[in-house]
Parts: sequence; C-alpha cells; structure tokens
Amino acid sequence: MAVAKKQQELVVTVSPHIRSEETVSKIMWTVSISLMPAFIMGVYYFGPKALLVTALCIVSALFSEWLVEKMAGREITISDGSAFLTGLLLGMNMPASAPFYIPLISSFVAVAITKQLFGGLGYNIFNPALVGRAFALITWPRAMTTWIEPTAAFVGMDAKTTATPLGILKEEGMHKLLEVFGDKMSLYTQLLVGHKAGSLGEVSVIAILIGAAFLLYKRYITWHIPVSYLATVAVIAWVFGGKEGLFTGDPLVHLLSGGLMLGAWYMATDYVTCPSVRKGQIVFGIGCGFLTMLIRLKAGYPEGVMFAILLMNCFTPLIDRNLKSKVFGARKEAGK
Amino acid sequence: MALLTFKGGVHPPEHKELSNRIPIRDATVPKQVVIPLQQHIGAPTKCLVEIGQEVKKGEVIGEPTGFVSAPVHASVSGKVVAIKDVPNAMGRMVPSVIIENDGKEEWTQLEDHPDYMKLSPEKLREKIQKAGIVGMGGAAFPTHVKLSPPKEKPIDIVIINGAECEPYLTADHRVMVENPKEVIEGLKIIMKILGVQKGYVGIENNKPDAIEKMKEAASGEPNIEVVALQVKYPQGAEKMLIKAITDREVPAGGLPMDVGVVVQNVGTAFAIYEACRYGKPLIERVVTVTGLGVSSPGNLRARIGTPVGDLINECGGFSNGPMKVILGGPMMGFAQFTLDVPVTKGTSGVLVLSEKEYVPSEKYGPCIRCGRCIDVCPMGLMPSMLSILSEKEFFEDTKEYNLFDCFECGTCTYVCPSKRPIVQLIRLAKSLVKR
Repeated sequence: MAVAKKQQELVVTVSPHIRSEETVSKIMWTVSISLMPAFIMGVYYFGPKALLVTALCIVSALFSEWLVEKMAGREITISDGSAFLTGLLLGMNMPASAPFYIPLISSFVAVAITKQLFGGLGYNIFNPALVGRAFALITWPRAMTTWIEPTAAFVGMDAKTTATPLGILKEEGMHKLLEVFGDKMSLYTQLLVGHKAGSLGEVSVIAILIGAAFLLYKRYITWHIPVSYLATVAVIAWVFGGKEGLFTGDPLVHLLSGGLMLGAWYMATDYVTCPSVRKGQIVFGIGCGFLTMLIRLKAGYPEGVMFAILLMNCFTPLIDRNLKSKVFGARKEAGK
Repeated sequence: MALLTFKGGVHPPEHKELSNRIPIRDATVPKQVVIPLQQHIGAPTKCLVEIGQEVKKGEVIGEPTGFVSAPVHASVSGKVVAIKDVPNAMGRMVPSVIIENDGKEEWTQLEDHPDYMKLSPEKLREKIQKAGIVGMGGAAFPTHVKLSPPKEKPIDIVIINGAECEPYLTADHRVMVENPKEVIEGLKIIMKILGVQKGYVGIENNKPDAIEKMKEAASGEPNIEVVALQVKYPQGAEKMLIKAITDREVPAGGLPMDVGVVVQNVGTAFAIYEACRYGKPLIERVVTVTGLGVSSPGNLRARIGTPVGDLINECGGFSNGPMKVILGGPMMGFAQFTLDVPVTKGTSGVLVLSEKEYVPSEKYGPCIRCGRCIDVCPMGLMPSMLSILSEKEFFEDTKEYNLFDCFECGTCTYVCPSKRPIVQLIRLAKSLVKR
C-alpha cells in the first residue's frame, strides 16, 4: 500500500496506544455469573418464589437506571451490567416470601436514589443493594424478617415460617440451635450447604465460596477485605460470643450463618464503596467485622452485616485519604 | 531462581515475534535527510552551516550551546539545501538542516583509537560528548552529562538497560544478539569513566538468545554480570531497573545517581564504543519497524534524518489497514500525523498499528475505584485519585497525591476497565500545577 496516500487518514491520539481487554461491563457480568451457584441454591431451597423476587428486583433495577438516565439526559447504561448486578444482589438479600412490591420499591431506592441521584456508577457513597435492603427492612420490618423453611421440594404448598439460625442463637442460645439442627456436626453441615432459613441468596455458604473462589482466581476481588472481615468476626465471636464467659463462643456458627459470607465476599468488596488501597481495605474489613459482631451480640437485630457494611461505607473516603499507597522511593520524614 | 523485578507493572501482549529474529540490516540511505538541530533534552544547538554549503558525513552541523546539550552531525555527505522548522516526533516544530545526499558517503576526519581503553576518563568522556551521544532508549538525555556526576554523589554501579520492556520493540534485542562484544566494551568504557568496579546488564527473560550472547561476551569480565529480569512493563524504566537489580530505591524526585547508580541503554553503550574506538559520531541508529500494519517488519540501521515514511516503504509498505503510526513503543510512543517526521537519536521504533490492533480511545466512563491502577503503578501512586481530581479540575489537590512522581509510563491507563485517559489527565494537571 502506498505510504503517502494513507497519511491523511492516520489516527493521532496520546499514549498509551494499547489497552487491556478488561471492561466495566465484563467485570459486572462476570460477577453476576459467579453469583449463579448461590442463586441456584436459593431457588432450590425456596422454590419459584425466590426466582420471582429476584427477577422483580432486576427488572426494577434496570427500569430505575433507565428512567433516571433518561430524565437526566445522561447516556443509558443499562447494558453495562451494573444495575443488573445490583438487582441480583438485592434479590439474593431478600426473603423468598417477600410480597411483590417490596422488591420493586426497594430496587428503585437502590438504583435510582442510592446510585443514580448521587451521580451514577462510581459516585455513590453507599452500596446500592444494601441501601435497598436497609430501606425494605425499616419500611416492612415484619415481611423482611419472616422466614420460610427451606423445603427443596418444588411444590405449591405453603411453607412453614421459622427463625434463622442467628435468630435462634440470639433469642434462645446455642442449646436451642443444637436442638433444632441435631448435633454440632449436622449444624455446621447444614449451615454450610444452606439448608436453613434466611435471605434466598445467602443460605448456601458453599455455593457462595465457589463463586468467590472464581472471582479470586480472576483477580476481580482480592482476599484483603473478606479475610480481614471474617477473621475479625471469628475472633470476636470466639472471645465474646459465648454465654459461659470469655473464650467460649462458637466462631463457626457465626461465620456460617446469616449474610456474612455473601456480605464479606460480594457486598463489602464493591469497588465503588470500599477503599481502593490494600491496607485501607484491611482496616475496612476489620471495621465491618467489629460492627457486625457488635450488632449481632449487643444490638436489637440478630444480624448485623448490612448495617456494618453501610456504616463502613461512610468511612471509605476517610480511609482512602489517610492510608494512601506507599510511594516508590518515598523519603522517611524526620522524627516519624 | 526467581527473576528480578519490581512491585507493580503489567504484561501486555509482547508481539516481539514480528521482528525479534530478523537480523539488523542497513536501511537505504535517503536522497535527502532532515536533521533536527535539537534531538535531546537540554539546550538547543547553534546551526553551523548555511544553505548551499557542502558537508561531509560526520561533520558537526549543530554546536551545543551549553553543557546539557549535544552536538548534531551530518548523517550523509552532500549539500545543505534548506534550514527550516519541521515537526519532530512530539509534533513540535524544530529548526532542522536539510541535506541533499551526494551519494559519495565521504566521511569527515575521524579519530581512530585502537587502544581506547588506555585513554584517560576525561578524554573518553570528551569523545562521547563530541560524538553527540544521548540516551537512545527514548529520553535522549545527553550521555556525557550522566557520566559527569557531582563529587558528592559517588557512583559504584553501572547498569546497561537491555530490558526493552515496551511491547513490539526489538532494536536493543538485536543489537545484543549481533554486537554483544561491542555493548560490553561500551559498558567497560562507562565503568572506566566513572571509576566503577561493578557493571550489570539487565535483560528481560523473553530474550534468551540475547542473555546467552551477552553472558558469553561478558565471560572474561569478572566485574560484569548479566542478569535476567521478569518480563513486565515498565521493567526498563530506570528506577524499576535499579530496584530489580540492586534493590536500591531511587528517592522520590531523585535521580539514579542519588543511590550510586548510572543506567545506560544498550544502543547507547554500542554508540559509546564506536565513538571511543573509531571516533564515530552518532549519525545512525537501529530502529525497529514493526506492527501488523507494516508488510514485513524488521530492524533497520537508519541514518539520523531518514523520514519514517521511507522506513515503512523499505519494510514493504503498509498492510492490514494501517490506523496509527507511532514513534517509540505502544505504551509511551508518540502517534504521528505526518510520515515526513525524521528518525532522530531517540527513535527506537516505528510502530504501525493495523485495524486489528487499533483500540479507539475517545470514549471512557467514570472511575469505579476498582484499584487496578493502584496495584500496577510502579511508582506506588494512586492514579485513580489523580485522574478524578484532574477531571474535576481540583488541580492543586493532585500534589497531595504525588503528582510529580508520575513518569507517565501508561500502565494505569492500560489496565483501566473504564478506559479512562488517566495519563493524559495527569499530564494536564502537571502542566497546570506549579511545582
């Protein structure tokens, strides 16, 4: 090809001239896919209702994103997967028995208010799905704390309502938990596999860990927040969690129950609302763990993951500002 | 053994296979050369020729106007036909001497020194200065200045930079494979000038043939060690290279000499040898012409002043829908709007990106604070915050995030999933903030 002829059409831009293949939508869709094992387990235990609740959350999330962007004259970004992911996560944080308007309205609160009104992707202070859930919990406290028993059978009968393991632990103590689940081994196994009452996507710890392992392998998340979070919970549960005095608590029950795994691996690690420097992430994880256990052991709610992460979201800018990355060749200041 | 490296960095597709096995060949000497009177960082040169004047190959046509400057030589023999401003690789207009080649290849008088190692350090440095040698890795900083450290900064290590960490480029690779002895001689000259006992050659591990040849060439030199480095961009950045090989950290805002190290590029070492041995000025260099947008990539020894269009033609012309012509590598190189721009002392490659390799970069999204840029930044900065602050025009606040420690390697921008022009936002802030 003649060189001179082509010259007019050359593209001139600034360096770098090559880019990695990673994109925001690829990240969002991959995270959504990694949630599938946990979601499928939720549907397996709670039936078509779980499917419906989640679908309503997702539809409402996408609609809310579209609506606000349309009204604000911004670019429509519903295909980037981030609203889908928020809807999916919110759905997985709901009891399968939630009436249809709860997913619809709280998903609107999550996406339209928490995310879009703060400026859209990247600008929100709080984790949208968790704000949606907090809104639902405060607005419809009864519906949001009515749990149905996992049945595994896809039958139309009305499932019995029951309490979550953490609810039992809080109200009646460890002995009651063992009474309900049999012995300790059987308790741990059922908590791990997911045969327990709870939000539809949080019940199967093993399924969540499979998804999380995939994200770790893809390097979409790192160990820093989840591990520091879980370790803090374990230590506090062990030291202060027992009724018979210090160091008599059962850390495993706390680790395997409630929304902790879903929260630690999927909600606390939300890029936008967690610190972006590793050492800050560890502080963030420890803070989440501390607040979670403070609520679980001392506050009115049996579960504290949601409020713990939301509270720590407030500290994210402060943490990022004070725990900056270590600059190459930074001089040690005198006297420090 | 674990390969030496630094913290951070990325590994983009290398694409070195396009040209790394192709031997260096001499490019056709053009009918006309365009020689910019400033090809280096520092003071410009004063033009010594007039239109119509006959010049010989190697004759000084631009005289340095300060210490941090380097003379410019005619790269062909012939007649000066014009002296005018032409765009350089960065798109800036630079006064340049245009010489019509008479084809006689007549050299000016050169000073031959078979016993160059017996010369005094001062004399050797002077020969390097007279030859107009500058850093040939791309920065083009006058070499004799780097070889004149102040007394209070004692140097104890010299490193030859053979990392060539930019994807696509293979010029240094080929020089090491084909002229290993000369590169080692160049290193020995530098060590003698600086009175240094320890020399290293750092080479990324994707050039096993170069490592082998260089080790062979250095086998009789107990003071010289050839070390393999992990393949990672920007391994060839001075500070990263020094960290990898010596585990010394150049202080923020400081220079390699602050930790007792001087780094020189492979091509520069070769030019130093030629200058000291034969008195040859820097009038040609090896340039990699590559990318899927060029028909037959290769490594050409081109005269300074050869238009890049000539080099592309020499490599079979364009193919596969050329989109971008870049001088240098894909990470830090400069896209060109004209193919008349000449090869200068700092031109390491002519990269033609085809439709297949071209990535449009106009559209970008908000920062999602994923922290990838922080993980990969070799300088340990927070490019995400720098880009957000610059985008929102909080320029002064960027200083709190160590704005001026950024050397614009582009690693952050490469990994950004939102495709944000982070480096460009940082450049913007740098130009608007007072130091």
